[in-house]
Amino acid sequence: MGAVDLLEILSPGILSSLQDTGRTGFGQIGVAPSGAADNYACRVGNLLVGNLENAAAVEVTLMGFRARFRCETVFALTGADLQPSLNGQPLPLWTVCRAAPGDILDMPSPACGCRAYLSVGGGFHVPAVMGSRATNIGAGFGGHEGRALQAGDIVQSHDPQQYMHTAQRSLPDTLRAVPVSDWVLRVLPGPQENQFPARSRVLFHETTYAVSGSSDRTGVRLEGPALPKQPGAPDSILSEGILGGAIQVPGDGKPIILMNETVTGGYCKIAVVITADLPLLGQVAPGDTVRFQATDLPSALALLRRVEAAVDWVRGYCSD
Amino acid sequence: MWPKIRHLGDRGLLVELGTGIDPAVSRRVQQLHQILARENFYGVVETVPAYCSLLVVYDPLRAAPEALVRQIMGLCHFEDGDHSGPPPDVVEIPVVYGGESGPDLEAVAVFHGMTPADVIRLHSGTVYRVYMIGFTPGFPYMGELPEALDTPRRETPRTHIPKGSVAIAQRQTGIYPVVSPGGWQIIGRTPVELFDPRQEKPSLLGMGDHVRFTPITEEERLQWAR
Repeated sequence: MGAVDLLEILSPGILSSLQDTGRTGFGQIGVAPSGAADNYACRVGNLLVGNLENAAAVEVTLMGFRARFRCETVFALTGADLQPSLNGQPLPLWTVCRAAPGDILDMPSPACGCRAYLSVGGGFHVPAVMGSRATNIGAGFGGHEGRALQAGDIVQSHDPQQYMHTAQRSLPDTLRAVPVSDWVLRVLPGPQENQFPARSRVLFHETTYAVSGSSDRTGVRLEGPALPKQPGAPDSILSEGILGGAIQVPGDGKPIILMNETVTGGYCKIAVVITADLPLLGQVAPGDTVRFQATDLPSALALLRRVEAAVDWVRGYCSD
Repeated sequence: MWPKIRHLGDRGLLVELGTGIDPAVSRRVQQLHQILARENFYGVVETVPAYCSLLVVYDPLRAAPEALVRQIMGLCHFEDGDHSGPPPDVVEIPVVYGGESGPDLEAVAVFHGMTPADVIRLHSGTVYRVYMIGFTPGFPYMGELPEALDTPRRETPRTHIPKGSVAIAQRQTGIYPVVSPGGWQIIGRTPVELFDPRQEKPSLLGMGDHVRFTPITEEERLQWAR
């Protein structure tokens, strides 16, 4: 009983790391939240297998992930469709499946989306650091030994046999967040919107941006026409607190949508992605396109309530 | 005129309390940060102080932004002067200046037409205020650097700056607590641990602290490490 070896990483692919709902309360000492880039998929996956929604899952990026189960367990895959299979048999997403010792889980390449979440019965068991199991890859703490997963790593769970009754749970289609490749993100005006002339703001809202290959967990980098600032506006401002979803425009005029690895920033923010759409950022993949649609604060809140109502429905469904 | 409150999306309020790198503005930010921590307003998740603003992060499902704005406006009646309690102790940070520890020391000296010893004397002869922690965990933005050391950032940022590097940029000085990229001029390195996530207080420094750098030799650094 207690902690058991659950999963042996055979290949981490592009980037795999343990993530949860993130680390809050430490922005004042420069510590970013980190956490699952698509936290809807991560929360729902954990609920399905019977965990609390802030349990740690493996976040798998795009392709090349391979691992071997070391004990009997239930697991769920949510988020991106990386064409997963167990011992060569295709696996359903958003569904609780069983694994036996020796089973090989493969996630070779993306059919849609960018990041898949592997949740297991009992959650991945690593010490919580500053209130979270999320890996802060930049600063090297949290998660599994403060770093991304590597081939040969063995990660543990707690009492996975206590979760076997969740097998076969499956999320209704309407609650599955299926990634697309042409994204429309809803935004509110940013705090430095007035540093950009009207033509830049129009350009920002009319452009279909291409997602750059240099995008990563720190941010979605966009390719498109440069957004000029007001004549005489400085390239940077005095650093101030920042949040995931803020869209900053550095000197080259190309917007970057920040994710949850940054606490302060010194570039002008033209707009901010609404909280309800933040999970989408985790599924935006290089080569996708992004457009921005203006919204207002009441609509943003109504949309967030819809997301939270969905999670609440899953809590009810999983509380038998 | 102050505060100016701007929305950062649907879960952040940026409360601006002045402009520029100014101890008086910074003290207002610190006061509001402390008051909000004490008040524990329903729905406030955390607050992040910066040079002249405080970011108030809230949960929009629990607190309406307009109600929060009213509450915060009601708190912003500052008496200038330092009312943030007794002046903090000065934290001494030992630094090995120059050489491998401070690869930009020579260039900074040349830039200002002085000797490296002058740069060290000026940099270590000032007590700095920590204006904010940001960029990476535990990175203190400190000021103000003596005007004679006002130095632009490097034209090409470095991709790998060693942990503990002490750096300057314009009128600021800072310390890189973890390996990271960065564009500031590296003039020295400290053996002091600035960030340790396993500690009860993970960051050595906090906003509002006072810091003085003390030159040490390479030999003293090795002793410190032991």
